[in-house]
Amino acid sequence: MFSLKDKLSRDLEQAAETGIRREADRIAGISDKELFSFAEYDEKEAEKSGYSNYSYWGSTVRMFFKNKGAVAVLLLMLAILLFTFIQPHLPGQFDPNTVNNDPATSMALRNVPPNETFRFGTNNIGQDLWARIWAGTRTSILIGFAVALIEAVVGITMGVLWGYLRKLDFFFTELYNVLDNIPQTIILILVAYILSPSVKTLIFAMSLTGWIGMARFIRNQILIIRDRDYNLASRCLGTPTRRLVMKNLLPYLVSVIMLRMALSIPGAIGNEVFVTYIGLGLPTSTPSLGNLIDAGRAVMMNVSQRYQLIYPTVILSIVTISFYIVGNAFSDAADPKNHR
Amino acid sequence: MAKYMIKRIGRSLLTLTLIICIVFILMRQMPIEGYFQNFDKLTDAQIQAGLKEQGLLDPMPVQLVHFFRNMFQGDFGVSHSYRVNVPVTQILKDKLPVSIKLGCLSILVAMCLGIPLGTLMARYKGRFFDKFGTLFIVFIQAVPAAVYFLFIQMYGTSLLNIPLLFNAGNWRSWILPVISMSLGNIAYYGMWLRRYMVDESNKDYVNLARAKGASGNTVMFRHIFRNAFVPMVQYLPSSFLNTVIGSIYVESLYSIPGMGGLLVTVIKDNDNNMVQAIVLLYATVGVIGLLLGDIMMTILDPRISLGKKEGGR
Repeated sequence: MFSLKDKLSRDLEQAAETGIRREADRIAGISDKELFSFAEYDEKEAEKSGYSNYSYWGSTVRMFFKNKGAVAVLLLMLAILLFTFIQPHLPGQFDPNTVNNDPATSMALRNVPPNETFRFGTNNIGQDLWARIWAGTRTSILIGFAVALIEAVVGITMGVLWGYLRKLDFFFTELYNVLDNIPQTIILILVAYILSPSVKTLIFAMSLTGWIGMARFIRNQILIIRDRDYNLASRCLGTPTRRLVMKNLLPYLVSVIMLRMALSIPGAIGNEVFVTYIGLGLPTSTPSLGNLIDAGRAVMMNVSQRYQLIYPTVILSIVTISFYIVGNAFSDAADPKNHR
Repeated sequence: MAKYMIKRIGRSLLTLTLIICIVFILMRQMPIEGYFQNFDKLTDAQIQAGLKEQGLLDPMPVQLVHFFRNMFQGDFGVSHSYRVNVPVTQILKDKLPVSIKLGCLSILVAMCLGIPLGTLMARYKGRFFDKFGTLFIVFIQAVPAAVYFLFIQMYGTSLLNIPLLFNAGNWRSWILPVISMSLGNIAYYGMWLRRYMVDESNKDYVNLARAKGASGNTVMFRHIFRNAFVPMVQYLPSSFLNTVIGSIYVESLYSIPGMGGLLVTVIKDNDNNMVQAIVLLYATVGVIGLLLGDIMMTILDPRISLGKKEGGR
């Protein structure tokens, strides 16, 4: 401990000494004319001192790329996303809903284990599992993105109104207290039970209450930063409220908004699986990871057919885990407190 | 404090009333098949007579008042297809004990594993155990429960040579459902306890304790743990009640004759009265859990200023 302190203080002294010597050298090098003449006011020079090359997005991206693991997961995630959307246009793909027959016997090719033609095998009525899984991933990711987007847009709008218009505060606070008390699963089950299952109704049911959490968060942050000096100054200069919200408030909240969006995607995908399991999911003509997993569950005790459960769950797990990890890493990187 | 409690309880009651009204009105929008045992064989006249007998042709407010009156007398109607004409309350009375037993066991397991997990992760922050625990938590949080439950059932039953379905008499068939139900809570407790303990360990009183010469373990368990546990208390009642009332997914996966499995069955059967009663039960438990959490929090931590706290979490 003491030896460490000694070393530190010695370093410091040394540094100070070299600094003083260097400064003396510098002054000695300046001509008398420069030393003893008036410094004119120069606008450009004056601006220089206040200049910083800090850029919010630049720092965010730099911080994110420092996290090598997260970058790897991000690349994996992008590759999967890209592949799900170009897969149907690749050559030699089957239609996810066509029942494949054996050309020789014209019997349906049921439960064919994975081979060269059917990369992930076929299901119990002879549909190509590979095509169904990618079609299902498309559906599930679509639902996830739609839910996240609706939650973000509605949540931010309502949150800004809630924070800015004092008249609405009471109404929103009471609404929040009621909605927050109702278990999410129950709403999901109830709405899915009453409406006939389709992609649209599932998105509706899932985003029905999710926005209020986001709105409350935005509202709390707005209450905190609304009356800070820089916003007061902005308002005195006559900045319209909309510009104030867009330029001064929301950029501050980007990290949390992104985190919540990234986390609500795996949440929505998981909810879809759950709803399908309890019998309120999409019809099998619309493949989704939920109904593929449910179909796989039906045959899971049959060891030779387990691939029908394992493939969809592996794809689903990769998608949800990568969203979770990338979301967390990005929100760490986007938090200005972590920028140096 | 009393004023806050009354306000908080009043709000919960209001919420419950609202939920009941919404659920009731929504359930009336369902197809009327769910009110009859053998809808297809009935003539139009019989259907109309049946609807009238059940009071379903009255205007909505009248029905709602009837429902509330019956509810206070403990009458939730009769089942129409699950067990014909047996009162809903009778069916639920048989089912609840099974769920409660399983739930208590799994919450016990969750506490015994989750709390040490969080504590040890905070104690060895940044080291192997912390990384391992984080991996576990990320996995449990990111992968939908519906997926890893299936794998536990699939591989657990064949590895341990346990029967696939639940059988109350065979203790070995309790293992997998209890583990499945506790995993989520273990990760949840572990994650929050670690976060709160790390937050606490940066505070001044911890430095003071260290300066006094208390050993690392004493500081961790006597000083930090106690303070970090206070905010955890808020989550305990909800997680306890939600687990005790039965996991919808686990119960139906193992055919456990409990509440959760029942909900899935009656949804598939379109048994409207049953769905309504079970949904209300779950909603009530959710509301009560949050209420108890808030109340326990205010009792335990006198620093919370009640005036400013706006109810809820």
